[in-house]
Amino acid sequence: MFYREAGQYKTTYQADMSIFPILQDRIGLALIMVAALVLPLFAGEFMIASVMVPFLILALASIGLNILTGYTGLVSLGTGAFMGVGAYACYKLSTTFPAINILVWIVVSGFVSCAVGVLFGLPSLRIKGFYLAVATLAAQFFLQWCFVRLPWLYNYNPSGAIEVPSRTLFGIHVTGASATPTTRYYIALAIVIAVTWIVSNLVHGRVGRSFMAVRDMDIAAQLIGIRLLRTKLLAFAVSSFITGVAGAMMVFLWLGAAEADAFNINQSFVILFMVIIGGLGSLIGSFLGAALIYIMPIIVRAAPESFGLTIGAATVEHLTYLITGALIIFFLIVEPLGLARLWQIGKQKLRVWPFPY
Amino acid sequence: MKLKTTLLALAAATALTALAVPAAQAEDSVFVPLFTYRTGPFAGSGIFIADGMHDYLTMLNERDGGIGGVKIAVEECETGYDTKKGLECYEAVKPKNPVMVNPWSTGITLPLIPRAAVDKIPILSMAYGLSASAQGDTFPWIFNPPDTYWDGFSQIIKFIAAQEGGLDKLKGKKIGYIYLDAGYGREPLPFLDQLSKELGFEAKLYPVPAAEMQNQSAQWLNVRRDRPNYMIMYGWGAMQPTAIKEAVKTNYPMDKFISIWWPSEDDARGAGDGAKGFKMLNWHGSTPDFPVIKDIQKYVVDAGKSQSSKEKIGTTLYNRGVYNSMLIAEAIRTAQQVTGKKVVTGEDVRRGLEDLNIDAARLKALGMEGFTGPIKLSCSDHNGHHPTFVQQWDGTKYVKVSDWIEPLSDKVQPLLQADAKAYAEKNAPWPARTEACDARS
Amino acid sequence: MSFLYSIFVDPFVQMIGAPDLLVQTLWEGLVGGVLYALIALGFVLIFKASGVFNFAQGIMMVFAALTLVGLHEKGVPAFLALALTILVMGALAFAVERVILRPLVNQPDIILFMATFGLTYVLIGLGELVFGGNPKNMITSELLLPSGSLDFNILGGLVSLQKIDIAAAIIASLMVAVLAVFFQRTRIGRALRAVADDHQAALSVGISLDQIWVIVWFTAGLVALATGIMWGARSNVSFALEIIALKALPVLILGGLTSVPGAIVGGLIIGIGEKLGEFYWGPLVGGGIESWLAYFIALAVLLFRPQGLFGEKIIERI
Repeated sequence: MFYREAGQYKTTYQADMSIFPILQDRIGLALIMVAALVLPLFAGEFMIASVMVPFLILALASIGLNILTGYTGLVSLGTGAFMGVGAYACYKLSTTFPAINILVWIVVSGFVSCAVGVLFGLPSLRIKGFYLAVATLAAQFFLQWCFVRLPWLYNYNPSGAIEVPSRTLFGIHVTGASATPTTRYYIALAIVIAVTWIVSNLVHGRVGRSFMAVRDMDIAAQLIGIRLLRTKLLAFAVSSFITGVAGAMMVFLWLGAAEADAFNINQSFVILFMVIIGGLGSLIGSFLGAALIYIMPIIVRAAPESFGLTIGAATVEHLTYLITGALIIFFLIVEPLGLARLWQIGKQKLRVWPFPY
Repeated sequence: MKLKTTLLALAAATALTALAVPAAQAEDSVFVPLFTYRTGPFAGSGIFIADGMHDYLTMLNERDGGIGGVKIAVEECETGYDTKKGLECYEAVKPKNPVMVNPWSTGITLPLIPRAAVDKIPILSMAYGLSASAQGDTFPWIFNPPDTYWDGFSQIIKFIAAQEGGLDKLKGKKIGYIYLDAGYGREPLPFLDQLSKELGFEAKLYPVPAAEMQNQSAQWLNVRRDRPNYMIMYGWGAMQPTAIKEAVKTNYPMDKFISIWWPSEDDARGAGDGAKGFKMLNWHGSTPDFPVIKDIQKYVVDAGKSQSSKEKIGTTLYNRGVYNSMLIAEAIRTAQQVTGKKVVTGEDVRRGLEDLNIDAARLKALGMEGFTGPIKLSCSDHNGHHPTFVQQWDGTKYVKVSDWIEPLSDKVQPLLQADAKAYAEKNAPWPARTEACDARS
Repeated sequence: MSFLYSIFVDPFVQMIGAPDLLVQTLWEGLVGGVLYALIALGFVLIFKASGVFNFAQGIMMVFAALTLVGLHEKGVPAFLALALTILVMGALAFAVERVILRPLVNQPDIILFMATFGLTYVLIGLGELVFGGNPKNMITSELLLPSGSLDFNILGGLVSLQKIDIAAAIIASLMVAVLAVFFQRTRIGRALRAVADDHQAALSVGISLDQIWVIVWFTAGLVALATGIMWGARSNVSFALEIIALKALPVLILGGLTSVPGAIVGGLIIGIGEKLGEFYWGPLVGGGIESWLAYFIALAVLLFRPQGLFGEKIIERI
């Protein structure tokens, strides 16, 4: 009843193969875009600075990991370190060439991360599955050690941390303390929309299909002519590029300063959680997973105060862990394929409502 | 069926959170958020600090009705020593107009430093944080009394020199430095390097990565191989008890093992009898025998308003928290005196911190006679570089074993100035100081 | 030239020059290896029987140790606390089987892996909520575990072996022996091996999967408890221990995911390799290489033998 699909017919092959063939889906997407654009008018500063900006950045990192783990089937536990590579690269580039715009450097730092990712992806031809995860763990711990042990990376600061210099774009502060949360939010939104659009085209095209072929059965993919090493390295490259950009954004648009500890193994696990809960091999899943894993603890922490209960901060923290863990198990039992599958089922039900199928 | 239940559950959850309304702020009170960590790998140190801070402020509310007649609204925000959670706490408390922020983590302090001036909230990173923030002209909104990490390091070196018979006797000796491989532990490295060149001793470094805090056997094997004459430790959380245990295991002479001011009684007690002789810096008492602690016992602990267990009241880190809260309270009081307002803001408390002058008479009025020494800050000196003393573990408690030791200011000051200048250059454009100086001194 | 010397010659010169330190390092590595092997053993048990890669093994270790010490703190005598903790681990195994394993019975491995992540979070929250977050000391003396050290003045220096480490090595070997006998000789052990081979075939011969899974998780819980006691005695019981459990992953790589002797050998190799590397080669690059050396050792082995040293050869079919 909601989806009046009668009358929507395609007259060209291009229209038939489009990603959002139904008009209602396109309207829905446009509504989400508009909502995202006008959000700063309604939401408070905490919502923008501590909920939306981190959510966008973590969703971008999840998209990156999803390409590697979800679409190509290569489990990676080194996401945190690749984010760190992007962040440190952006810092070095920005402090060495302050005149060039920071947005350029955020994108270029993705290429640095891409190179490092390809390097650590080389074992993937020989090693598969869970064993590859351990190889990426080697990358994680080694790169984290490098961040501390190579003082050149943080410009020999005695504190060992990278501090974000204040940068402007058309006269408006975009990084540093004077940058308003709204500015940072729009920049993050722009980058995330651009990358999502590119990745969406990528996964719906030939490259994406070769990734999925490698995931399903790589020997068969090799038999039909897909070059395995190239495809796997390409997957590492694209994934590391996106996570590198996310890492640079994390430091420059969210934290403002970072030590090597910000890119530790916990960060890798959190992004992996988001990808799995959201749904492997799904772009919308990355966003849904990031929302659930990141925003839910904030709600749990804010909830007691809103209801007038005073619970000790530590107890709230313990309860947050408990509830997060329980919710992860609950969602996995209810829908093992992730929130994206729930969304898909929901849309399907909406299309045929009020009929059951 | 499953889909229905899931969707219903999701809808209920969203409805509940939509109904949630933020709590209203009580009238006529001063809001002090406490960034604490009672969870995570550093909870071993964080719990005592949190209890000390919370109990002192609660005692002021109960005994005196607040500060200057205005109640203190205390709220704890759990950071787990994690920078991201710390920033979230900061953003969450900002709308409530905090008068001061105590991040209790160098990692959280660093991103907040540029924000303090923009958000007009002073940061009190007591004896931690960025050492260079002692320079009030470059960092008008950041305060780190009573000493920086560089002051502390120089005080330990002075103590070692006193054991050896003079600074010149350090020539040819080996001094080992075991530290948490994070910003906090790495900060003294350039200073150590400079001192070793100037005084002629050999410095040996033993970094401990945060993930390997409980697995230090390799570092202490290296200590056994190198046999340094003295060991200096900059640790925190689970690193400290493991280090002391390993030191006892490798038979390192404990009386030559000196730490910066962060270990607690539990850290040394866990290593058993062998830990006797372990030393650390401190600047306040570590027993409950002071009028202020007795007042806390009476008004807070006995009234059931404290989360601390009874035997931890008055221990080193608990008293550290009490001292921190004393600084907060005195800054608020000074701000009230300077501005004449009762409900002060962040800007007022910044002036209060700059004009802070707690002399012996005021200490006695606070019930802290003999607990600690006088403290004075100024517009250009946000630290004060005060003296500390060395206390030693005797198996059951820490006992003061030295007089007050002044820092090597002639060596530390040029480093602080250079570092502040370098910070401002690296983070250009760094705003020049526009806040006026009250010049009360 | 001096760079090559310092990598390839100098460490060996140092080893020969101070043999007491070499023996001490080897011993420390052995002890570390035994403890890693115990954690890996828990992983192997669960993976063998249920095909689940139990990420929560590390936190189960901390949780078991925390329960033991927490109960003792509340006044329960040591051995009663030990018995109660064993009961708690049994209840945990039961709960895990009912709540997590049964609903997710045929799902892909990564989903089950993810569910153990959720279990980790639940155990962290529960442990901290019930027992508090501050670190505690392991009750070694109450459990009649030895303390102090045996010192040997040999090889021109001092080699000091902590008695608790010797006890740990003995207890670990005992446990491995018992488990080996259990798997080979008893009916339940045979059933466990059947379930590890093929769930459906095991079901069709009448083996109750649920029972087997509870038994396996309970055994892994006991191994976790023993490991927690040993690790807790060396440092103290806090949630920082959980990160060390990640080191068991390279051990599993080396030893193969399904081999009990493999876990032990892998643990010893990783433990000794890591300590030797950190002690002799670490200072060349500034130290702290222990955090990643184990993974690189595992990576190097994997490049030559992708299934690990003892693992089953991966046969891929179309």
